[in-house]
Amino acid sequence: MSDRLFEDRTPGVEEHEPTASYLSYTVGLVLAILATIVSFVVAQTNLLWPPGIPVGLIVLAFAQIGVHLVFFLHLGTGPDSTNNILALAFGVLIVFLVITGSVWIIANLNSNMMPMTAQ
Amino acid sequence: MAIATIDRAPTAVPTELARGRGGGGPASKRIVVAYGFWIFILGDMVMFSALFAAFAVLRGNTAGGPTGAELFNLRNVFIETMCLLLSSYTCGLGALSAERRHPGRFLMFAAVTFVLGAAFLVIEATEFAGMVAKGAGPSRSAFLSAFFTLVGTHGVHVAGGLIALIYLAAQVIAKGLQAAVLRRLLCWSLFWHALDIVWVGVFTLVYLMGAP
Repeated sequence: MSDRLFEDRTPGVEEHEPTASYLSYTVGLVLAILATIVSFVVAQTNLLWPPGIPVGLIVLAFAQIGVHLVFFLHLGTGPDSTNNILALAFGVLIVFLVITGSVWIIANLNSNMMPMTAQ
Repeated sequence: MAIATIDRAPTAVPTELARGRGGGGPASKRIVVAYGFWIFILGDMVMFSALFAAFAVLRGNTAGGPTGAELFNLRNVFIETMCLLLSSYTCGLGALSAERRHPGRFLMFAAVTFVLGAAFLVIEATEFAGMVAKGAGPSRSAFLSAFFTLVGTHGVHVAGGLIALIYLAAQVIAKGLQAAVLRRLLCWSLFWHALDIVWVGVFTLVYLMGAP
């Protein structure tokens, strides 16, 4: 972005020329479909060491979410993205706290329950 | 290059380059509106995270009822995923056409997006109806309550997005691609892409990790 400082700007070019392009969406689509297919294959076969499948699926999901953020939502390193990325970082923190906090606490409560007989 | 740098007074720096980093004056309305809508989306994500947490906690509590492995059809889920992914893609292409002031092309992409989103909803509704008919409705077990709440909330968002898309298409037809309409389109495409991100979480956590 910042090397545009030193470029000659052609008169008549719009101030806000679209930063996104057809190529960016297409690359995003291809990567997302790839991640989806790999997820479905990994879940249904023993390609991955079976106890590691959940971890593999979570990694693939994060990769795909990253692809969506960069290629579809266009979060990048540009100056206009700075505030959005800060907000996203805060959102991710809250999401992480809610999910891991709930799972952790309930698992802990669960393991401290009195053993119950199967009905 | 060095001479060119000196020749340019600091005031000649295009303001949009300094924006968002504490200088360069106020951001354009487009940036501010998108930022505000982004905050809303993140709030929505926090709500979804609570539903995800509830599902993760309750997934094992089937109360003797059917488990996910018995209920889910991964082929359908794959088709649903492809519908949403392709609709995200056409939504992006529509947004590009709108930015480049091609209302006709925008309406075409909007129609494709609508059809793909509607196809997703139809598949999901059929799946839900089939589960309820099998006696696996939301009242059967805690697992199914959490499942219907999480997946249903996502479905309601998709339905809301489709209604908003009709509204936007009508605005483009009636008012043309003026700045205010373009900002609404930008917000809508953010919403649609964000729903796709939620769906990535849903198919991974609910379907793929629940099926085997």
